[in-house]
Amino acid sequence: MIKVTIDNIPVEVEDGTTILQAARQIGGKVVPPAMCYYSKLKGSGGKCRTCLVKVAQGSAKDPRPMPKLVASCSTPVQDGMVVQNLTSPEVREARKAIVEFLLLNHPLDCPVCDQAGECDLQDLSFGYGMEETTTDFERREYPVIDIGDKIKLHMNRCILCYRCVYFADQLTDKRMHGVLFRGDVSEISTFVQNAVTNEFSGNVIDVCPVGALTDKTFRFKSRVWFLKPMNAHRECSICSGKVAAWMFGNEIYRITARKDEFGEVEEFICNECRFEKKELTDWVIEGPRHIKRQSVISANHYEERKEQSIIDPIAGTMTEVE
Amino acid sequence: MGRKLLLANIDVPGIRGFDAYRAHGGYAAVEKALRGMSVSEVSAEVNRSGLRGRGGAGFPTGLKWSFLDRKSDKPRYLVCNADESEPGTFKDRYLMHHLPHLLIEGLIISSYALGVNTCYIYIRGEFKYIVGILERAIREAHQHGFLGENILGTGFSLNIYVHPGAGAYICGEETALLESLEGKRGNPRIKPPFPAFKGLYGCPTVVNNVETLATVVPIINMGGDEYARIGRGKSTGTKLISASGNINNPGVFEIEMGLPVEDFIYAPEYCGGIANEKYLKAVIPGGSSVPILPADLMLNTAKGEKRLMTYESLADGDFVSGTMLGSGGFIVYDEDQCIVRNTLNLTHFYRHESCGQCSPCREGTSWMEKVLYRLEHGEGKMSDIDLLVRVAKNIEGNTICPLGDAAAWPVASAIRHFRGEFEYHVKHPEVVKNVHHGALKIEKESLIPDSGTGVNYW
Ligand SMILES: Cc1cc2nc3c(=O)[nH]c(=O)nc-3n(C[C@H](O)[C@H](O)[C@H](O)COP(=O)(O)O)c2cc1C
Ligand code: SF4
Ligand code: SF4
Ligand code: FES
Repeated sequence: MIKVTIDNIPVEVEDGTTILQAARQIGGKVVPPAMCYYSKLKGSGGKCRTCLVKVAQGSAKDPRPMPKLVASCSTPVQDGMVVQNLTSPEVREARKAIVEFLLLNHPLDCPVCDQAGECDLQDLSFGYGMEETTTDFERREYPVIDIGDKIKLHMNRCILCYRCVYFADQLTDKRMHGVLFRGDVSEISTFVQNAVTNEFSGNVIDVCPVGALTDKTFRFKSRVWFLKPMNAHRECSICSGKVAAWMFGNEIYRITARKDEFGEVEEFICNECRFEKKELTDWVIEGPRHIKRQSVISANHYEERKEQSIIDPIAGTMTEVE
Repeated sequence: MGRKLLLANIDVPGIRGFDAYRAHGGYAAVEKALRGMSVSEVSAEVNRSGLRGRGGAGFPTGLKWSFLDRKSDKPRYLVCNADESEPGTFKDRYLMHHLPHLLIEGLIISSYALGVNTCYIYIRGEFKYIVGILERAIREAHQHGFLGENILGTGFSLNIYVHPGAGAYICGEETALLESLEGKRGNPRIKPPFPAFKGLYGCPTVVNNVETLATVVPIINMGGDEYARIGRGKSTGTKLISASGNINNPGVFEIEMGLPVEDFIYAPEYCGGIANEKYLKAVIPGGSSVPILPADLMLNTAKGEKRLMTYESLADGDFVSGTMLGSGGFIVYDEDQCIVRNTLNLTHFYRHESCGQCSPCREGTSWMEKVLYRLEHGEGKMSDIDLLVRVAKNIEGNTICPLGDAAAWPVASAIRHFRGEFEYHVKHPEVVKNVHHGALKIEKESLIPDSGTGVNYW
């Protein structure tokens, strides 16, 4: 076991653990935001740079600080490492800068975006961003395209986290989409308007941290915060059949996979469960899901809770208090 | 005239072919190493020579070789980085074009030292005509028993393959190069793991620059200690410098490390002074990524010492008043050149070449280009200048690979040393809209460098 300290909180983790994973073991505010890393997708991470932290002491053996901020999602811990996340002004500055970069060409079309309310970029900019737009240039624009008959791609909103690409590479048998071009004109697309048809392809919607990949069967149906996410399951021959059913009254508006407190899917689900099964009779409803994450959905208090959200004055993030 | 270790025979007719190369002492180093030296003796010579990577970072080559994971039971690879795409740098192209056998010879010795049996030359896509030259040299070396199975009867076997890229600057970054070589999109990898442990196809790999590997030949011929005697301090040996811009003799020069910058610019055997009897305004001494310096700081350090062509002297003053030797792309600007326009040009390059993986580089490079574009075209605001400084700072150090830094440094240094010129662009929009060169004439007095040597080159 290896001892690390993150924001003054010590934790013991296994050799080979990354700083981010160590922080997740502590939980709460210590956890750096991760927009591209996804623990279930091999090789993901390192790209968005929102998870940058300061290593104030490299290890017990070599206590020198690391010269630059490091991506916590892809930097393994060393015994005796001292990490600063929110306690480092440098990290807070850098994170603000990263949010600025991510929003530079973002259309800010939250009012018409289906992801609003459960968008990692919204949470991130709320937590760390600036109050005003700093660019006066026109934003990059791409046409909205369908990749397959159930998935919409709004490339304007994409932050090029590559999660959907890794997902398709690793968990479907034929990847039909990827990153075309490079630099600021790179885009996620299929090759010559190919359709993404694999029976697990719908999961790219869930791994996408923003509203770039959205569910066409849920398009403009409702704002997510009006819906109640319920744990539900069914007998499914393709996947586990364990899903989150988003309901309004007795109607199922959409089906997604269940996500954990870090916003990651617990078990990927098949397209049949996601897109085809929208009747109450299709499902056994178990009960409401707990929403632990900072989110506007939790602000809606659909669930009886003692906690309330307040805004943390240092981090600016919403945290939960008794 | 300094000593020539790499380019000594460049003017020999037919030196591109095996016979002339061999007749002028070629492949003697291979014979010496393979027949008479153990693997560790070869590495030890390279260590003693103090050779530092010529690809830009100047990392000690012997040390890099020592990191190679020799315990792994996987095959090991040596990859020669011939992707040379840094604006201002064209020394590798010159070397491969004229002396292909020198590179092949260096590859054989280095592979022997590293225990490598397969070696790749990853060459920039635009250098198509050189692919044929290298492949011919490889064929010739095979025919004469210097490549293939059981070289010189020593039991050591080596094959070299030339792999052309598709012409992307980012594929010069060593891990992007490896991705591209594997047939993937040329995105730099997240490190660790480093190539010494997990490189090409997940096997231990060393990536070295063309010039670095060619330099192994004279090192073996003359011995590491002798090589280290040339140069100055930790900058040993000779270095190829590709000089371009407003000078009388643009081209590739081999210099002994430690040559004063002033001599390099003005001496007739090197750049031969500024063309058209103009004055020196600024220099980017190490390829477009390194900070630009104004004439006075280029010739003398802030401490008033003569600036020399060494890693240390060029970096003297850090980024406040220094720069870097980088890859040796020496770009000279005369009094008429517009720094804002030049910075825009470079930034356009970095924006275009960013792989787009990480947000600061992808978004930041295009942001800087847009701001520079409007400054250069008379539509800028005073606040744009500080905005550029801020964006450059936010990119620097926060990216996956050094391309982000390489994009940030030219902008930051141009503003650091030539802020007045940026402000002039904001204050005189009508002028800069129409005049793209020499819009702002700086007082000549501040441009004329005091030669200090008493030699008046111009
Ligand atoms: C964006 C970028 C482009 C690079 N291009 C080249 C190149 O064209 N040729 C080269 O030798 N090294 C290039 N490098 C440096 C390589 O990553 C690597 O450090 C070098 O090949 C190591 O060789 P050396 O130790 O012999 O210098 C580049 C680095 C970066 C970040
Ligand atoms: S579409 Fe979504 S998941 Fe895919 S790269 Fe863009 S932001 Fe990431
Ligand atoms: S710094 Fe630029 S070129 Fe390097 S990995 Fe990031 S986006 Fe790609
Ligand atoms: S989560 Fe670490 S860089 Fe994106």
